[in-house]
Amino acid sequence: MFYRESGDFSTTYPEDSQTFPIRFDRYRYYVVLAVAFLVIPFIINDYWANAVFVPFLIYAIAAIGLNILTGYCGQVSLGTGAFMAVGAYSCYKLMTAFPEISIVIHVILSGGITAAVVTLFGLPSLRIKGFYLAVATLAAQFFLVWLFNKVGWFYNYSASGQISAPERSVFGIIVTGPNTEAWAKYLICLVFVTLCAIIARNLTRGSMGRRWMAIRDMDIAAEIIGVNPMGAKLTAFMVSGFFVGIAGALFFSVYLGAAEVGESFGIDKSFLVLFMIIIGGLGSIFGSFAGAAFMVLLPVFLKNVFVGGLGWPTDLAAHLQFIVSGGLIIMFLIMEPHGLAQLWRLAKEKLRLWPFPH
Amino acid sequence: MSGGNYKTEDGRQIGGTLMEMKNITLRFGGVVAISDISFDIHEGEIRAIIGPNGAGKSSMLNVISGFYHPQDGEVWFRGERRPTMKPYQVAKQGIARTFQNIALFNGMSVLDNVMTGRLTHMESGLFSQAIWRGKAEREEVENREAVEKIIDFLEIQAIRKTPVGRLPYGLKKRVELARALAAEPKLLLLDEPMAGMNVEEKEDMSRFILDVNDEFGTTIALIEHDMGVVMDLSDRVVVMDYGKKIGDGTPDEVRNNQEVIDAYLGVSHD
Repeated sequence: MFYRESGDFSTTYPEDSQTFPIRFDRYRYYVVLAVAFLVIPFIINDYWANAVFVPFLIYAIAAIGLNILTGYCGQVSLGTGAFMAVGAYSCYKLMTAFPEISIVIHVILSGGITAAVVTLFGLPSLRIKGFYLAVATLAAQFFLVWLFNKVGWFYNYSASGQISAPERSVFGIIVTGPNTEAWAKYLICLVFVTLCAIIARNLTRGSMGRRWMAIRDMDIAAEIIGVNPMGAKLTAFMVSGFFVGIAGALFFSVYLGAAEVGESFGIDKSFLVLFMIIIGGLGSIFGSFAGAAFMVLLPVFLKNVFVGGLGWPTDLAAHLQFIVSGGLIIMFLIMEPHGLAQLWRLAKEKLRLWPFPH
Repeated sequence: MSGGNYKTEDGRQIGGTLMEMKNITLRFGGVVAISDISFDIHEGEIRAIIGPNGAGKSSMLNVISGFYHPQDGEVWFRGERRPTMKPYQVAKQGIARTFQNIALFNGMSVLDNVMTGRLTHMESGLFSQAIWRGKAEREEVENREAVEKIIDFLEIQAIRKTPVGRLPYGLKKRVELARALAAEPKLLLLDEPMAGMNVEEKEDMSRFILDVNDEFGTTIALIEHDMGVVMDLSDRVVVMDYGKKIGDGTPDEVRNNQEVIDAYLGVSHD
């Protein structure tokens, strides 16, 4: 009833192919943006920023990146954690080598470097598919983590083997280092997320997105209508790498502050981001956000319920949390294999007719 | 008549040779799928390839569209010998096709599927697309206009935004034709466009094929098992059997060819 498209007519093709063709959707999007930019920064505190918003935003970027590769182009990757590490270490090297240049440029450059590395590791995709490709990217995961541990140059030969972000500011506001305010962390991540999401959406709704999806759905037919499979797959790896690199750079510099590669960017990160896009919905930008929110919020929520609400011991709660979230993920995949984005689409279809479905 | 450049009975102008296959031989290991076949396709005509199952018709289509590379023989297209090409390069040359088993992109809407047919016409860069300004935006609108014409032509306006997975078989075939047409091909290859259709759907499809040929002047090469349809639609027919060409000519000539009759009806070996 309140969600409907009647009376909403597109009279030009740009109007019809915009991101939110339905007026209601469009307004809701503006409202969300306004709240995110104008309300939350004023009420956010350290706990909410560090436990919820900043990891959610950064994982959303990584999920968008992986979703472009896996959800849109159909190439499975288990190397996301290591690719985030490439972004993080590039950012660290750039920050320490060129301290006078803005961190924003460093983050974007880290995305570029990661894009190049990921494209390189995407080369096997030209010959192998599916599980075999997944295993090939798994090799990237272990190789890169080993490399960052082994070669001292990457962590500037620091005694602990860790990298730690020096203090940097944007327009005079400190965004990295221990003295960062919660709202500054939140806001810089939000700006990057918004831009990344818009870019990803533009790429996926245009001819590049169609190339990727054609390869995903049926590579033989895609080739016959003129899609160069090599070009399409490698651009998917490249764009995906760009986003994942940005996510890695922000994860290290803004969120963690200090990182050790095996611990922060191990195989579990790869799986975490993969779960996000599977639960959120493959081939959907909204799904990337939904999946990131689900995977970040669920543990926080469960911890609050078990420890805060029921007063159970922390260790018991921590173990229960694994059981419950694992169970929920399995339940979810059985009930709705296409993820939260599909649930959202179904809800919208129901709402179009509600409350008079006949 | 083999040189082309004549008018058909219904007044369509047939041009010179568009594509010529010269002595094509294709082997899979020891199996000879096509042996030493030559035929040509004139500009603007509807050319049928028929033959019993396993005759090598689909293999021939796959040779034309670049999936298979023949061991012997030459493919000439628009007066030039075609080097060994990948299928996507063949598509850029202006050859589009449909498949025997529907090969649509199931995760995409009808509109997006047909838009993929335009990909050979879209070449804006990654950056322009990322910011959705300039060439990318312009290109999207221009190609959408071209696609909408095809959608109108094939009468699939109502299902524009439907995911193709939800469509019935007959409509899927039509969407696949739309996708091939969207490329504005010089040569359109149809691999059994009417397989598994009922009479009504066959009539619709036949009408669309004739209209495409008539209105866009597209040259069409088709494989079909329904003899009634083949004889009614096509200007010239190639008949294949066991990888060899056993007949070539107008439907009437082919119909009275003793070898063709033998291949289809069987002949006693005594």
